[in-house]
Amino acid sequence: MSERYETLAAQIFERFGEQMRRVPSNCGELTYELDKDDLRKISTALRNEADFGFEMLMDVCGVDYLNYGSDEWLTSDATATGFSRGVEREPVILDEADEFDPERFAVVYHLLSLQHNLRLRLRVFTGTSNPPIVNSVVDIWNGANWFEREVFDLFGVLFEGHPDLRRILTDYGFVGHPFRKDFPISGNVEVHYDEAEGRVVYKPVSIEPRTLVPRVIRDDNRYSADLKDANDG
Amino acid sequence: MAEIQSYTMNFGPQHPAAHGVLRLVLEIEGETIQKADPHVGLLHRATEKLAETKPFNQSIGYMDRLDYVSMMCNEHAYVMAIEKLLGVQVPVRAQYIRVMFDEITRILNHLMWLGAHGLDIGAMTMFLYCFREREDLMDTYEAVSGTRMHATYYRPGGVYRDLPDSMPKYQESKFRSAKELDRMNSIREGSVLDFIDAFCDRFPGCVDEYETLLTDNRIWKQRTVNIGVVSPERAMQLGFSGPMLRGSGVEWDLRKKQPYDVYDKVDFDIPVGVNGDCYDRYLVRVEEMRQSNRIVKQCVAWLRDNPGPVIADDHKVTPPTRVEMKDDMESLIHHFKLFTEGYCVPQGEAYAAVEHPKGEFGIYIVSDGANKPYRVKIRAPGFAHLSAMSEMVEGHMLADVVAVIGTQDIVFGEVDR
Repeated sequence: MSERYETLAAQIFERFGEQMRRVPSNCGELTYELDKDDLRKISTALRNEADFGFEMLMDVCGVDYLNYGSDEWLTSDATATGFSRGVEREPVILDEADEFDPERFAVVYHLLSLQHNLRLRLRVFTGTSNPPIVNSVVDIWNGANWFEREVFDLFGVLFEGHPDLRRILTDYGFVGHPFRKDFPISGNVEVHYDEAEGRVVYKPVSIEPRTLVPRVIRDDNRYSADLKDANDG
Repeated sequence: MAEIQSYTMNFGPQHPAAHGVLRLVLEIEGETIQKADPHVGLLHRATEKLAETKPFNQSIGYMDRLDYVSMMCNEHAYVMAIEKLLGVQVPVRAQYIRVMFDEITRILNHLMWLGAHGLDIGAMTMFLYCFREREDLMDTYEAVSGTRMHATYYRPGGVYRDLPDSMPKYQESKFRSAKELDRMNSIREGSVLDFIDAFCDRFPGCVDEYETLLTDNRIWKQRTVNIGVVSPERAMQLGFSGPMLRGSGVEWDLRKKQPYDVYDKVDFDIPVGVNGDCYDRYLVRVEEMRQSNRIVKQCVAWLRDNPGPVIADDHKVTPPTRVEMKDDMESLIHHFKLFTEGYCVPQGEAYAAVEHPKGEFGIYIVSDGANKPYRVKIRAPGFAHLSAMSEMVEGHMLADVVAVIGTQDIVFGEVDR
């Protein structure tokens, strides 16, 4: 972590205290988590105050932490039936749930300050509400407009105060939010041309999802915290 | 006199000036645009979701298909994000190769842009001229990667292989005479570096040709001066980057401000516009081609003198050579693990941004320690630019919409992802 970023971190701590909680990083980036009620207040301060001057919002990104840290395939003993059938699929938590895990959906903001040449990442968890909802920052950074529409489209996160919250990337009339982890990679519907009806019709998908390479998590001692620090220092 | 009512017009998605599949719903009064509502997503392929289901290295090829006219720059951002998480050091020669190909890619992209933008607003010849030079640069892609467009050449830790000693040559065919064949192959006799060097020598002359045709051209100026003006404050507010931001007079280039690879060791200048209109952005991009050419030339000179490894020697991440595999058990195991399971990336998150020809192209990766990314987010510059379309065309004529689409350098592979 370079000196300039440590200065910024100190300034942020001095100004916001516990409202912004720093997340440790292995690659020298500053990340903060904040409560969704503080988002607009902190964003306005980060944009307007001379110490910070984050006049650009580069990116807004939704993240669904549903299966974070879970692997599909236990490698303690080998499968006799091939990778695909060896994959244990987690039971799907339906979107119809009344409440979500408070740490399931997050919205990540990437800020850039041109005057100080600094980057900053903010993460806001959406809490338990279904549908998830956070405040919009469109009036603080106008460029957020389409990025928030995209997060709404792909993750179903609502942005309160957004002027025009419509779907943007998916098809007209699309059902569901495709980037949620419980949305299958093959989708739910497929289309084909119906000779009798003379038009294209939707039907449930007929293909089975297949895993070619299972998802595995391995402990690699090269990346353990103490070794990593030793290399950096 | 009858009162003129405003009406709604549909533009695209299949329109030659829409640069792909852009659908615009335009509210028009007379011939003046009141509001434009771009409908995007017709080319949405869920690249980010697909990347979540594959080991890290298998998604490099998908990056080429995002912005399919600046392929290697996309790869660069992706491999840089992985390298950041892994903490892999890239050999210097590989860094020079990457910078050289990033700049070749920038020229490729700007040539495509210049040709298409010119064609859109009435300069037919530009298209032919630009594609003549693009052809040569595509050949360098082919020489190093085997394909002319979707190279998949960069790897976390370096590049896939060193620069070859020969260029691919044209074959004999009944469509071209032996004399013609000799002429085409004569510049392809030497190594790739010789070919690129020769290109660098003749390219500034080509740019002069383009400028002779356009820069002082009355029609070109009538179509671009004072069209789509964006003030520097608005450009920052709207999240613009790259030539769109520099055209408005903001001096910001990641290659200078947050240098990655060896950009801090090469010499080049950043052109900046004044008025923030289509004409200034045209001048900025043309000058960028000249500057890119300068960088390529410096890289060629360095690469000639400094042989060395082009990929990191960390076989947990990069494959061992075939020769090592023949008599080293551990290399064989590394190879097998890498090409079946891939490598696991430590838990964490990283955002890597490159100065892509179109602006800031960023990759945000969240990893939970698995062999596949947990979440990949692609920050496409064109997405932010297109979202300002309505603001840029408001009050202009219908024909200027085409000029604004052109000046934004929209490619739908990256906007829709």
